[in-house]
Parts: sequence; C-alpha cells; structure tokens
Amino acid sequence: MTSELHEEKLQELEEKSNEIRQLIIKTLLEAGSGHSAGPLGMTDIFCAFYFHILNHDPKKPDWPERDRLVLSNGHICPVQYVTMALAGYFPIEELKTLRKIDSRLQGHPHRTALPGLETTSGPLGEGLSQAIGMALAAKLDKKDYRIYVLTSDGEHQEGNIWEAAMFAGKNKIGNLTQVIDRNNIQIDGFTENIMPLEPLREKYLAFNWEVIDVDGHNIREFVDAIGKAQSTHQKPTIIIAHTIPGKGVSFMENDYKWHGSAPDDEQAKQALAELRTLQGKIVSEHE
Amino acid sequence: MMLNPALKLNQKIFDKDVEVAPTRKGYGDALEKLGEVNPNVVVLCADLTDSTQCAKFAEKFPERFIECGVAEQNMAAIAAGLGVSGKIPFISSYATFSPGKNWETIRTTIVYNQSNVKIAGHHSGIVTGADGATHQATEDIAIVRAWPWIKVIVPCDWHEALRATEVSADIKGPVYLRFTRDKTPVITTDKTPFDINHAQVYWLSKNPQATIFGTGHLLYYALAAASELEKEKIEVDVVNVATIKPIDEKGIISSAEKSGAVVTVEDHQITGGLGGAIAEVLSRNKPLPMEYIGLQDTFAESGKPAELIKKYKMDDTAIIEAVKKVMERKNG
Repeated sequence: MTSELHEEKLQELEEKSNEIRQLIIKTLLEAGSGHSAGPLGMTDIFCAFYFHILNHDPKKPDWPERDRLVLSNGHICPVQYVTMALAGYFPIEELKTLRKIDSRLQGHPHRTALPGLETTSGPLGEGLSQAIGMALAAKLDKKDYRIYVLTSDGEHQEGNIWEAAMFAGKNKIGNLTQVIDRNNIQIDGFTENIMPLEPLREKYLAFNWEVIDVDGHNIREFVDAIGKAQSTHQKPTIIIAHTIPGKGVSFMENDYKWHGSAPDDEQAKQALAELRTLQGKIVSEHE
Repeated sequence: MMLNPALKLNQKIFDKDVEVAPTRKGYGDALEKLGEVNPNVVVLCADLTDSTQCAKFAEKFPERFIECGVAEQNMAAIAAGLGVSGKIPFISSYATFSPGKNWETIRTTIVYNQSNVKIAGHHSGIVTGADGATHQATEDIAIVRAWPWIKVIVPCDWHEALRATEVSADIKGPVYLRFTRDKTPVITTDKTPFDINHAQVYWLSKNPQATIFGTGHLLYYALAAASELEKEKIEVDVVNVATIKPIDEKGIISSAEKSGAVVTVEDHQITGGLGGAIAEVLSRNKPLPMEYIGLQDTFAESGKPAELIKKYKMDDTAIIEAVKKVMERKNG
C-alpha cells in the first residue's frame, strides 16, 4: 500500500515535477523532435508514481516483486525517461541521446533497450491488454505486486482498448489500475471533435470498472485515488486524470498543435523561463 | 521405395488405408502434455476452444486457460504481458485472424518486445475447405516470416505437430506454429527424429533430377509424386522444410545442388512463403531453375479439400508437371 503523503513530501513532489518539466523541455530541444504536450500534462502523475507510489528499486529494475508501470501511449515517453533518470534508473546525461542513433532512449519506448521499461509501445491501444497479462501472471503466481497502466484519451478510439476493458471487467482484475490522461487533444484536434469519448465515466461503469475522476495536477488527490484503487479488490479501477496538455508552459497549454512537436531554441528558452518562475510557488497554486 | 530409412517414416504411407489425422490434433495433444509437465504453460483462445483443440487443456487446467472471446488483438497483447512475466503463453485462433487480424499487435508487443509467446495459426491453407477463402489462411507464412527474431514452424503431420508444439515451449522467444483443419496422411512415426534446425530429406534418390522442397501437409503429395515419377524412371529428392525460419541454408543449398533444379510445394500463396524463402537462399548462393506449387496469386473458394487441391493445382499431378517443367528448363 502507498504510504501517507505528508505535507512536506507533497511539496517535495511538486518541486520535483517542476524539475521534470524543465528537463523535458531541455531533452526535447536536444532531440529536435518528439511530443511536448502529453509529457508536460502527465508530469505530476509520473512524479507521484516514481517518487511516492511505486514499490520499485531503480538499481534492480528486474526485481520480480516490483510494481509494474506500463506506458500504453508510448509517445509521451520523454516524461517517463526524464522521471526514470531522476529516480536513478540511468544517468541524467543520457537524456541527451533521446531519438538519436545508438541510444537506449528510442523515440517510442522499447522494453529490451532500457532496463526499467515494462513494455514496448507507441502503436496505440495495446498497453491495457499487456497490463492485464501481467496482472494475470501475478495472480497465477500469487504475488502481491500491482500493475498500473497509463493510457490516453485519443487512444480509446482503438478497438483493442474496449476488448481489454471488457475482459478486465469480466475477470475482475483487481490488481490492475488504469490511469487515463484525459487531456482532450490528439494529433488532428480536440478528441470530442475527432471522435467523442464522453460519457467516459459511464462507459467504464458499464464495463464493471471502479471509476475515479481526479485533477491530474493535484498530486494529493491522485495519491488518494491510488489508495482507493489499491483497496478495491473485486474490480479493476480507472482513474480519469483530467490534465492540461502542455501544463506549465503558457503557449503550449491546451493547444493540440503541441501534441506532436518539440520546442525550438526560442520557445524552449521561454518555456524554461516560465517554469522557473513557478519554483517554490507551486504548492500555493492548489490552495 | 526410397523413403529415407534413417528417418523411420511411415512405411504404409502409400497404402489406401493410410492413417490420417489433423495437425491441429497434434497441437492439442501437445498442450495437454505440456500442461502436465510445465506449470508456466498457459493457453489463450478467442472463442475457438474446440476447433483449435484447446478443450482438453482447458478442462484439465482451467486456471491456466484464458478465454478471450472474439478479440484477437486483446488475446495477443494479454499473452505478451504474460510472456514477459515468466509464463509461456500459447495463443490459439485461425491464422486469418491471428496473426492476420492482429498482425501489428503481435509485431509490437510479442516479436519486437521479445515476449515468450507461441502463436498457433489454425485452419491454414485451402484445405480448410468448405468455410471458403475468408477462413483459409494463405498468406500467414509470408506475414510472419518477414519479422526478425521469430521462428516459423509448419508441421507436415500430427506427429510432427505434436513434437513442434512441445519443442516450442522450450524455445525462448516467439514462435509461429501453423496447423491445418483437415485430416491428412500421417507421414512420420513416433520414432522419426524431429529436428527444428535442419530440413530433412524424406525421399532419397541416388541421382535426383530435381529436388522438391515441401512444407506442411502437401508433403504427402510431394512424396506421392516422387513415387509415381520413380515408375517413369525419374529420380527426385523430397525435402521436408518444417522450419521455415530460420531456414536451413546449408541443407537447402546442398540438396538443391545435388539435382540442379527445384520445385517448392506449399498450401500457401507462392509469394512470400516457402517458395520465397528457398528462392532467397538460392539466389544468393546458387541460382537454379525453380517452379512453385501453391496458390497462384489468387484466392480459393469453398469445396472439399481434395477438390480444392486438384483445382488449384497442388496435387501430385501438378507436382509431377512442375518437376518435368523444371527439368526441361535445367536441360534446355
């Protein structure tokens, strides 16, 4: 079970999120391509996972008892790479190799390239099923580790997601928690214009999931939701994380054009300046 | 009789009452055995439990049998998750759906992801029969063979199907196994050595004029053709290429060189399957005249397996014609 989140730890996590966002901008600038909006939007959640929720050991990425964090929408991997580096999985310096030749940091994550990645992803709609497979293996082996899978809202247009949602509901996969990044954008525009997903909550309820809505930038709310998911044994849980794509960088926020592009020099400078002004002030934002 | 004695093949193969059994039964029998000896073996199915011969496993090991419903992508990716968690999952469906419908899911989550999953493609070839072309997998070898890192095995009869399935559980990494629905002649015996690494010469001649490379159940027709050709004093070798990937390059080259002319035989499109694989090996090493028996760039139709094999020119008569044609080309 995830331990209680004290005020001091919360502040530490929020400061860490800011550090992650800055490093995402620097990493994307160096890479010259990649996705900006999703990684910035999911930063608080990645931070909460790697620095508070997950039962893991960055020095022993193959530890069999570890919790599994499965990233289904692989294109937001810059946030995972940055968070993993800060957590100690690999040297921070290596972030400069993202998307470059001979790198362990593939443009979309590849499990066998980098210890600590639980799967290979990028093609959408496949992570939830793989997480179910891991959850079934844990049950067969009578292990207590939990499986967390991160999906996106756009990816819910894939049929595979609903095949998996049906399966997990039917089989009461209680050791599985899905977190969907409900940021309302995808490559071609706003999700509700491309292919409406609402009512999302009701859809998952109908598939026999436990559903919790949270503000994806409120770490306390998110950690509480994870706690509820951990004590829900007879159903899989989905946490609908309402996030702001591009969070923390004014000109990226809520603009779907930043889904799949990286900042140039000037934009990165401005983004970093904005993020630096938030240093030390983040806690008050939620109050 | 020129059946290779070292391989202890079925001596009654040309009898009228030759034993027949579907290769899919070999899969089912092997799963049952594996269930007993290997607690990590799990079986997934997509609403085709009986047809893909998983029923006995499901009954004996219900906690390790996973019914996915009609959802082949989900089945493949669930298996991928199990396969990276210490399990040995076998996924069972018709090959047109798996690896057909879920091709990219398998590519990403099983093959590239190096998950230890075995993919059983059933109802392969036009011998699927009455169900029609929608259910006759005739491109599956081509689409799986293009992947790196996978092993592709096409058993010629139920014995070999059983052995191939058993052996696949011990192979680390993805394996594709191809099975047929119809009962086909049993060519091998339980004493025939199964060799995943080498093509085996089933019909051996002193002075072959052509080499027939066959895979799957049509190997029987290749052997029948060899036997008939013998009566016409035309000697050939018949080689069983059960493992299409990685292909036995050395064995293929030395067999082909011995005769200088090649015929490939498969219940699959002539593009991208066994014929393609052999052509790739020979064109790089020893270019030789080749003829291809298989589906000639078309879809088949409903009908009885034997009728279809005749109409689509995959029977012994068609193979004999191909042998004569390739000999002419060699000598011409």
